[in-house]
Amino acid sequence: MGENAVELRNVEMHFNMSKEKLESLKEYFLKLVKRQLHYEDFVAVDNVSFDIKKGDVFGIVGLNGCGKSTTLKMISGILEPTKGTVRTYGTIAPLIELGAGFDMDLTARENIYLNGSVLGYSKKFIDEKFQDIVDFSEMHEFLDVPMKNYSSGMVARIAFAIATVTTPDILIVDEILAVGDFLFQQKCEERINAMINDDTTVIIVSHSIEQIERLCKHCVWLEKGKIKMIGDAMEVCNAYKNSQR
Amino acid sequence: MEKDNLNKANFFADMKKFMPLLKNLVSKDFKIKYRRSALGVAWSVLNPLFTMLVITTVFGKLLRIQVENFATYYIVGFAIWNFFSEATSNSLSSILSSAPLIKKVYIPKYIFPLEKCLFSLVNFFFTLIAVVIVMLVQGVVPSVTSILFPIPVLYCFVFVCGASLFLSAATVYFRDVQHLYGIFLTALMYLTPIIYPLELLKEYKFVLRIVELNPITHYVEYFRGLIMYNHIPGVKENLICIAMSIGMFLIGALVFKKAQRKFILHI
Repeated sequence: MGENAVELRNVEMHFNMSKEKLESLKEYFLKLVKRQLHYEDFVAVDNVSFDIKKGDVFGIVGLNGCGKSTTLKMISGILEPTKGTVRTYGTIAPLIELGAGFDMDLTARENIYLNGSVLGYSKKFIDEKFQDIVDFSEMHEFLDVPMKNYSSGMVARIAFAIATVTTPDILIVDEILAVGDFLFQQKCEERINAMINDDTTVIIVSHSIEQIERLCKHCVWLEKGKIKMIGDAMEVCNAYKNSQR
Repeated sequence: MEKDNLNKANFFADMKKFMPLLKNLVSKDFKIKYRRSALGVAWSVLNPLFTMLVITTVFGKLLRIQVENFATYYIVGFAIWNFFSEATSNSLSSILSSAPLIKKVYIPKYIFPLEKCLFSLVNFFFTLIAVVIVMLVQGVVPSVTSILFPIPVLYCFVFVCGASLFLSAATVYFRDVQHLYGIFLTALMYLTPIIYPLELLKEYKFVLRIVELNPITHYVEYFRGLIMYNHIPGVKENLICIAMSIGMFLIGALVFKKAQRKFILHI
């Protein structure tokens, strides 16, 4: 086991950008016969290599569509790179868009178990941590209410509480701190800070440069799928801010 | 712990890690199906009973299909058929409807069709209650061989899993499958001896051939033989059933395995 938590080597991600998506057999064969099946290759991430050290807090910045989320998805194993390799060492907790595993017809109590199992926790583990999750989210009174009656901030509280109940080796945070009131945001940052002290590697994507500067040690700046700059968080953030003017 | 993302993801470790998810999804489906309905789970028993009433009226009384204890004959076959058709049609769209989840978290994707199969298996056991009720009403005494009923159910379950994996993967690439499959199921139902006995087809050799090639026919006949006619199929029949189950499962699993890597680009 090396010192790296994540290694990206010459990673490329291509998307097949056919102008209209072919979703039926008939269309497919018609186009095939007419020789109209042409694809436009869209390179979302182009030959990107970097390492993230264990215990690092690593930020990814860039404009919309520069490949930030694609990179995160490859790290968390949702997308498979077209070329190159992505290696990760340790357990990963993805915080990509909270509440993915919720069923709004179920109550919060049922959803905690469902979402926990989506993240791969055992029932015993959730039983043990149930009180923690409820305490952190402060949703005691609403536990047995179907979640469709929740506000989005309330959903985010439950989701964050579940996802961070373990101390994963790698925590992936994608723009999620934007939800919830400022008190809860503070609470989330405190929890992330506690994890950082616990030797968890944290990868953060955010449009809030201040947040990246405050939390991260290292940072990569992506532009059109390529690395524009990588290194110390302060330096990269400064350069990024200056380029926007 | 090292993980080369996706490529070498350890199948069995995944399986163990996501067992609770499988269980939770099945119980979620169950809860949602019956939440806020006055009769709740009773519908799982009532539904096949009412279907049986309609079919026996139309085919037993009006069209006069000549089978002893037609109601029992029908519902025993219906139980297996319904398990197959419900599981496969639910699995069909399982990957598409789980798109929000698949796009955000890494979960082994076979969980979704497999969950629908298990959910239908649970439903099947509720249908068995309806079967028992009909037998009691008609005064049909179950054969001793009935205790062997898990064997054809297991064969059928393996077959259903294979078909579901195949269909759910195919639907991701071609949405037409959703529409075609409904028609296919209707045709297949009439090519399965549920509402008529096989003897009825004696004069139509060609149709009989097709009906005998239909795997569901074999599971239905096996199951019904055990429950109603004290008949245990021989080695040959067992081998045919096993071959069809395992064959379908392998096809489904291989297609799914190959297709799943690109799912995310199509959902």
